[in-house]
Amino acid sequence: MTSLLVLFLYATAFFGTYFIASRFLQSYFQRKGFNKLKTVTFGDESAVTANRIASIISIVTVFWLWIAFTNSALPLPKLPGPFQGEIEFTYTVTLNDGTSDDATVTILVYPEDIQQTVGAQGIPNRAPDAPSRGLGEGFAKNDTTTVARYGFKVIDVWSNDEVAKADGSAVTAINGQPISPGQKMQIPEGEIGLTNKGTPTFAPYTGLRMARLYLPAPEIVWQRFVTLIADGYQGFTLWEHTYYSLYRVIFGFLLGAIVGIPIGYAMGLTNWSRGWFDPIVEFMRPVPPLALIPLIIIWFGIDETGKIVLLFLAALWIMIIAARSGVSGVAISKVHAAYSLGASKWQILSRVIVPNSLPEIFTGARVAMGVCWGTVVAAELVAAEVGLGKMIVAASKFQLTDIVIVGIILIGIIGFLIDVGMRALEKWLVPWKGRI
Amino acid sequence: MVGLLVDNVSMHFNLPNGGYIQALKNVTLDIKSGELMSVLGPSGCGKTTLLNIVAGFLAPTEGQVNLNDVRVTGPSPERGMVFQQGALFEWMSVRDNVSFGPDMKGMSRKESAEKVEHLLDIVGLQDFKEKAVYELSGGMQQRVALARCLANDPDVILMDEPLGALDALTREKMQSLVLDLWKDTKKTIILITHSVEEALLLGERLLVMAPRPGRVHKEYRLPFADLGVGKDLREVKKHEDYASTREEILAMIWNMEEEIMGRAEEVA
Ligand SMILES: Nc1ncnc2c1ncn2[C@@H]1O[C@H](COP(=O)(O)OP(=O)(O)OP(=O)(O)O)[C@@H](O)[C@H]1O
Ligand SMILES: [Mg+2]
Repeated sequence: MTSLLVLFLYATAFFGTYFIASRFLQSYFQRKGFNKLKTVTFGDESAVTANRIASIISIVTVFWLWIAFTNSALPLPKLPGPFQGEIEFTYTVTLNDGTSDDATVTILVYPEDIQQTVGAQGIPNRAPDAPSRGLGEGFAKNDTTTVARYGFKVIDVWSNDEVAKADGSAVTAINGQPISPGQKMQIPEGEIGLTNKGTPTFAPYTGLRMARLYLPAPEIVWQRFVTLIADGYQGFTLWEHTYYSLYRVIFGFLLGAIVGIPIGYAMGLTNWSRGWFDPIVEFMRPVPPLALIPLIIIWFGIDETGKIVLLFLAALWIMIIAARSGVSGVAISKVHAAYSLGASKWQILSRVIVPNSLPEIFTGARVAMGVCWGTVVAAELVAAEVGLGKMIVAASKFQLTDIVIVGIILIGIIGFLIDVGMRALEKWLVPWKGRI
Repeated sequence: MVGLLVDNVSMHFNLPNGGYIQALKNVTLDIKSGELMSVLGPSGCGKTTLLNIVAGFLAPTEGQVNLNDVRVTGPSPERGMVFQQGALFEWMSVRDNVSFGPDMKGMSRKESAEKVEHLLDIVGLQDFKEKAVYELSGGMQQRVALARCLANDPDVILMDEPLGALDALTREKMQSLVLDLWKDTKKTIILITHSVEEALLLGERLLVMAPRPGRVHKEYRLPFADLGVGKDLREVKKHEDYASTREEILAMIWNMEEEIMGRAEEVA
């Protein structure tokens, strides 16, 4: 249900903002430069550029949806929230002889995450006590209790009554409306019902927002990020978690590249090497690195070596294949030209093949870094003492969803930055790429 | 004997289906030092194969090639190559491309600098020394390729459709450049082309090859190359023999193409 609603709202935002923005921000909807002169643009991929207004609205939409589905404190339009506060209803107890009496139940619904919030004096809040009410007249006495939002409460109304359930007394009506065991009735604040054995229950209205356990609000995640920077998690600072993950990726990738690139060149240059390595590479290439994790743990346990070896293997095959196709991508006329200019085999390799294969190697390196980054997080999820993956999985065991989300966002941002860095390096080292 | 001798060279390529292609059959050529020979022929008649054999990239199945009485067994800096396009090294500047040959010999930068300057001057790229080759136009790139080849001071220059990818105007300018270089440097040049005009203008000797099997069909000795040195090539085209020779060769190649088509139809 909720996911369908998310989809619907997202689609509405996509089309709705398009119609609004295209009407009021027309300058952003005109093609620029040469593309402006093209009469055929649908189907001409080169005429398509990202509309930056769309990018901005898209990001805003994600945050807005995030906020709308949580109990965020931010003053933005949100979906209907859960009921919070006091509610009162009357119940009617009828005895065997037909006599009956009314009493009220007062329930205080408090935020389910109250213990995770901090009060004015900086002390963590506690769950509130039940409100106090007089017991009232008659054999049925007034009851008070508390329940957390999204919670459910079975209310033992007999606990203070002058009659006991065992005597044959039964709750026969709620708020004056007759009700029998197993039935439920809706009130604006939630759902009142009787269990199969006739005890009243109350479930406060949940609304469409998610409890903090499932989806913490953005400001909560941000606060968690700030405290993580200050205090760290599980004995390591946030930087240490990040550093270890990055260190493993870079070290493993570099090893893979240092070993893989020469093997790839050898495969592209000599029959023996191609024959020798072909079966291994072709066999190992389709094995996802994640499938190796169990074996790596059996061999190396959970210490650093295992993870470095895993990332080395993840990068190795990719780099071998990149270097090999780099060699096969060298135009034969370049090699011939170099030989006719007096180059030796070694000079062919260092002056022609290596520089000419750099674009392929960089493409491979970008893929390998991406795979390594994904693999390291997965490996840490399974076995590690420190690392972003470890942080996430440890937090999830304590249901600290905000830490999980901080971790995911960090992983995404770092992965993105790695790719941006690789692309910048590529542009600097291989300026001729795509221009010949 | 000084010069290039192609001695009864045959080449066949084995095909995966068990058959073979006779790309060259009993080709014999005697090219004197300093001669400029253009080679014409319909597509697939073995021109590139012949050039690859002379360059030393392929060993002929029969016969041999001798340069100055030394048998050709592999590529060597004494036989320079100029390819159609895309054989420059994009990762190097214009200057580094030109000094590639001297660098390979271990010549120091200082020693080669003067040579590079001189060659870039000749091909008119003095101002583009520090540019990357991918920043140059196609015609400029071919000038770099010529300069790079000359930097090694080869005895023979082998060109496989060096101007084939250029537009008509650039091409005419480059033809003049090739002629001037030929006269100035006195190199032996073999130039493959698909353009009859180019073959006429740039061929002191003009070789017409025929396909299936690839062989020498006819050879001409022409005055146009000598006439064209340092002159406007359009003037040369007004020479009394030019038009008739052109027609003759065009008809010859046309007939060969027809014959190939006819044979293909017979097979089909
Ligand atoms: N490596 C090879 N394997 C098999 N056949 C080949 C090979 N190289 C060339 N051939 C064949 O030899 C013949 C001559 O080829 P070649 O490339 O020398 O022709 P060409 O005259 O240069 O043609 P074009 O004018 O199109 O460049 C062709 O029929 C070609 O298919
Ligand atoms: Mg050819």
